[in-house]
Order: sequence, then C-alpha cells, then structure tokens
Amino acid sequence: MIDGIAIYVLWLREMTRFVRAKSRVIGTLGMPLFFMAFLGLGFSRAQLPNLPPGVDYIRFLVPGIVGMTLLFSSTFAGISVLWDREFGFLKEIMVAPVSRVSIVLGRIAGGATTSLVQGAVILLLSVPLGFSISDPVGVLLAVLIMLLIAVVFISLGLVFASNMKDIHGFNLITNFIVFPLFLLSGALFPIGNLPAQVQVFALLDPLTYGVDGLRAALLGSSSFPLALDLAVLTLSSLVMVALGAFFFERCRC
Amino acid sequence: MEAAIVVENLTRRFEDLTAVDDVSFTVDRGELFALLGPNGAGKTTIINMLITLLPPTEGRASVAGFDVAREKDDVRRHIGIVFQEPALDKDLTGRENLDFHGMMYGLSRAERSARITEVLELVELAGRADVLVQNYSGGMKRRLEIARGLIHHPSVLFLDEPTLGLDTQTRRKIWEYVRRMNREEGVTIILTTHYMEEADYLAGRVAIIDRGKIVAMGMPAGLKDVLGGDVITMELGGGAGDRFIRLLDALPWVKGAKEHNGVVTVTAETGERRVPELVSLAHGNGITVNSVLLRKPSLEDVFIHFTGRSIREREVSANESRKELITRRMLR
Repeated sequence: MIDGIAIYVLWLREMTRFVRAKSRVIGTLGMPLFFMAFLGLGFSRAQLPNLPPGVDYIRFLVPGIVGMTLLFSSTFAGISVLWDREFGFLKEIMVAPVSRVSIVLGRIAGGATTSLVQGAVILLLSVPLGFSISDPVGVLLAVLIMLLIAVVFISLGLVFASNMKDIHGFNLITNFIVFPLFLLSGALFPIGNLPAQVQVFALLDPLTYGVDGLRAALLGSSSFPLALDLAVLTLSSLVMVALGAFFFERCRC
Repeated sequence: MEAAIVVENLTRRFEDLTAVDDVSFTVDRGELFALLGPNGAGKTTIINMLITLLPPTEGRASVAGFDVAREKDDVRRHIGIVFQEPALDKDLTGRENLDFHGMMYGLSRAERSARITEVLELVELAGRADVLVQNYSGGMKRRLEIARGLIHHPSVLFLDEPTLGLDTQTRRKIWEYVRRMNREEGVTIILTTHYMEEADYLAGRVAIIDRGKIVAMGMPAGLKDVLGGDVITMELGGGAGDRFIRLLDALPWVKGAKEHNGVVTVTAETGERRVPELVSLAHGNGITVNSVLLRKPSLEDVFIHFTGRSIREREVSANESRKELITRRMLR
C-alpha cells in the first residue's frame, strides 16, 4: 500500500527541481524577508499590548514570519499538483504502478523538505536583525513544529488542487484563504488584540498553534502550553493528510 | 497464451453522451493494432479505460491478462503509454525523466542505466540525453516519451496519436521507431490516429471507429478489398458521362461506377489491365477521354464507404457540435 521507493522518487524529483529553481526560491523568500525586515524595524519602538513580558517586537515577529514562510511555501507545494496536471506530467505519475497514497506521501515529503529549508533560511536571516538562537533543544523542537506546519498546509494545498479544474483559481485561494490564515495566526500581533468574535477564527486556524509553538520553542514564552500546540498540530496534520489523500484519490486528475 | 488485449462490450457514458458504445475487439501478442477515426470518435476514451485512468460504464476489458477495473496495478505494471499531449517534466533532463520512470517501475540502478542507454539509442537521443527537456523540440519530446514507454519492458505499448502536430519528416522517423520497437522488442502496440496513411503504413490490423462504435475491422489490405478493387477516375469530354456509364453496364468486371461533374469513377479489380479497355470503349463510341487516373483505394475510401463521409468532414461536423466539444474537454 505504502511504497517507500515511490515516495523517495517523488521526493528526489522535488529536490532536483528545487535545487535548479534558484530564482523561484529566492522569489518566494523575498516576501517573508521584507515582512520581517520592515515590520521588525518599523515597529521596533511601537508599544504593542499583550506582548509577552521581556520580549521586544522583532523577537515576537520572527517565529511568526517563519510560520508565514512555511504556510505559503507548503500550500503552494500542495497546489503545484495543478502545474503537473497543466503540463501533463501528472498523467505519467498516475499511470505508474504505485498506490495513490504513496503519491500523496511523496509529494508531502518533497514539499515538506523544501518548505523546511525555506523556513530555516528565514530563521537564519533573522539573526542579523537582532534575533538570537541559543537553545539547541528549542531549535530541534522548532524543526519538529515546522515539519508539522508543512504537512498540514501541503495537504491543504492538495485538497484545493484536487478540487480545482485549472490554475485560474490560484489567486482566489492566495487572497481569500492563505492570507487570512496568515493574518489570523497571530504571526504579526498577539491574537489577544483581536475582537473576541474574530479570535474564534484565530483559534480555528492551525497556524495559530504552529506560530505559538515556534514562540514556545524559540523564545520560551507562548500563549498556550507547548503540549497543546503540539497536540493540535499533530491532530491537524493527521486529519489533513487523510483529507488530502481522499480528495486526491477521488479527483480524476 | 492469452491475447494481449481483450475488449468485450466496452461502453463509456458521460452523463447523456455515449462516448464509447459497445465496443469489442481482441489484439494478439506482438500485433501492431490501430484505432482509426476522426477526433471525438472515442479513441482516447477507449485508451483511457484500457490504461486504468477511466472506469468503464459497462463491459469489461483486460490488458496483458489483467482486468482493467479490478487489477489496476497489474495492468499498470505491464503497459507503457505515450499520451496524446506531452507528459514530461520540463525542468528535468531527458535522462532524469527516464530515470524517474525506471525508479517508479521498480528497476534497479544497474537495470536502469543499461536500459536507458538502450532506449535512448533506439530513438537516437543519446547525444541530447543530458539537456533539459524544456530545450527539446516537439519531435524530440515525442521520441523521449516513446523511449520512456519502453524502459520497463511493457508487454503492451499504448500510443495515443503519436505523430499529432509533427512535421512530415519527423513523422516518418517516428513510424520507423514504432516499427522497430514492434519488431525488435516484440512489444504489442496499440495506437490511435486520425491519419489514414499512418494506420495504413504501420498497422497490421485496423479498427475504424466512428461515433463511439467500430464500423469496420481488419487488415488494411482486406478492408480495401471490400471496396472491390482499384479506383479509376476518368475525365470525359462533352457531357458524355451518363452515356459512358450505361456502356459500362455491359462489362461484368465493373464493380461500381459513378458520375460527378463530368468525371466518372470506376471500381474494378486489377485496374491497370482495365484502363486500356475503358479508353478504347470510350473511343469506339466517339467519347473523348481527357485524362485517366488509376489509384489503389486508401483507408480514406474505406472510411467513406462505411460512414458515408470523409474523416475530415466528420471532424468539421464534430467541431460544430457543442456536445462533441464538451466530450473532448471531459476526455482530457
């Protein structure tokens, strides 16, 4: 049922493409980098209510931007199935003698790796801006959380791709789903500052727990207990992988 | 040994439209079989069912001895496919595309490297194997796909319109490769085409498809024999067509005669022997013959014979009909 070689081959393909597409990688890193640099510098002296005590805005912001990087790169990695369909390559994959679940897992493995690399790059680039990474255990924990975020949103991208006819709905999804997920997650400001009715949506956003978990791992302070963040993320990734596989299997790609 | 492909009463409906209507045929091992018909006739739908991408509405089919609906993975393991539209990863090189395929089909590293060299030589792409596919021409892409379809030693190879959109020279090349694969690799080949010459040149047997049904099936030569021999076209002077046709009634070897705009078309066996007789018959009755054309019947004549229209006319009407367009979109 689960074919390790097929997963590896699909992963390997993503790696080859990723290494080759340097301009595309730099392009996708531009937005989070500018967000981090300009918001971090611009709001460095602003007084924001509900910031954890002893944490300045740039340190509060960096885990949020890492979460944002993962959200965007992972969702797009999932949706990129549409490009494979557009260019015909998906057919080559679909007629291969491997289970559909392996195809989904292979795509998740590839997308998760590239997303993790991008998240790590953003994290490293935050150091010159005044972020400090000291605790190795915290970093390992952060990598685990980043992985879970990636799995959740690649699967979400797969759900979209399986339900879309072509790439024309792409902007709609970016602007009306991906951006709200980002803005609701508390990446830029504490969700406690949102009106109570809007906070409900923030609590339904898996990225909220991802960003909060990253803050717990990297800053040592968070809104929810780390165990809760991890539990919600693990549960969401399981549910989303199942949904992604279900819709991918069902669609006649 | 069981046949390579067995199709029994295969039917596929899309809502109220029947794209494939109760089709049955058998392809023996090692055969080169063609499905010939206009665009929208249902050829690709048949292929999609045989390669497990589309479940049949009714009927059954088996490929390499495995049922296409119940034993999908077994079918997939035993077939190679060249799709109508390119299915390559343009960001990878030719060799990487082949390697990806070999790995997906479970070949070991040693098997892959040996086999990739072999198939690249077969399609004469060895020199361009390490170039990104985005820099390939249309013909090179098609050759690479043919090579890819063969890597895992499939017992049946599907070619869906293998020369669509290629220039004449490239088409000739592709035909040579297809023949060579069939002979040297012993692989059973089933191809779809709407080019008469292609089916005629390549196929051992042809099934002519129109509106989702097989209207005729057999060896190209046999199908042409149905028409009753060669086609002789005579251009006569001064409106003598009707009179000439009445004279032909007396000749027992004339299988058919039609007059259209002063041009008489006669069908007869061993036409080259009949031309002098026809010309002297005309002269003896004071009818001028301006020109004579003798040709062997083509599959086009066969298609017209069975459907009453030429393939091109069929395609134009298909384009006009919205329904057919919708089907084609669904078949993508």
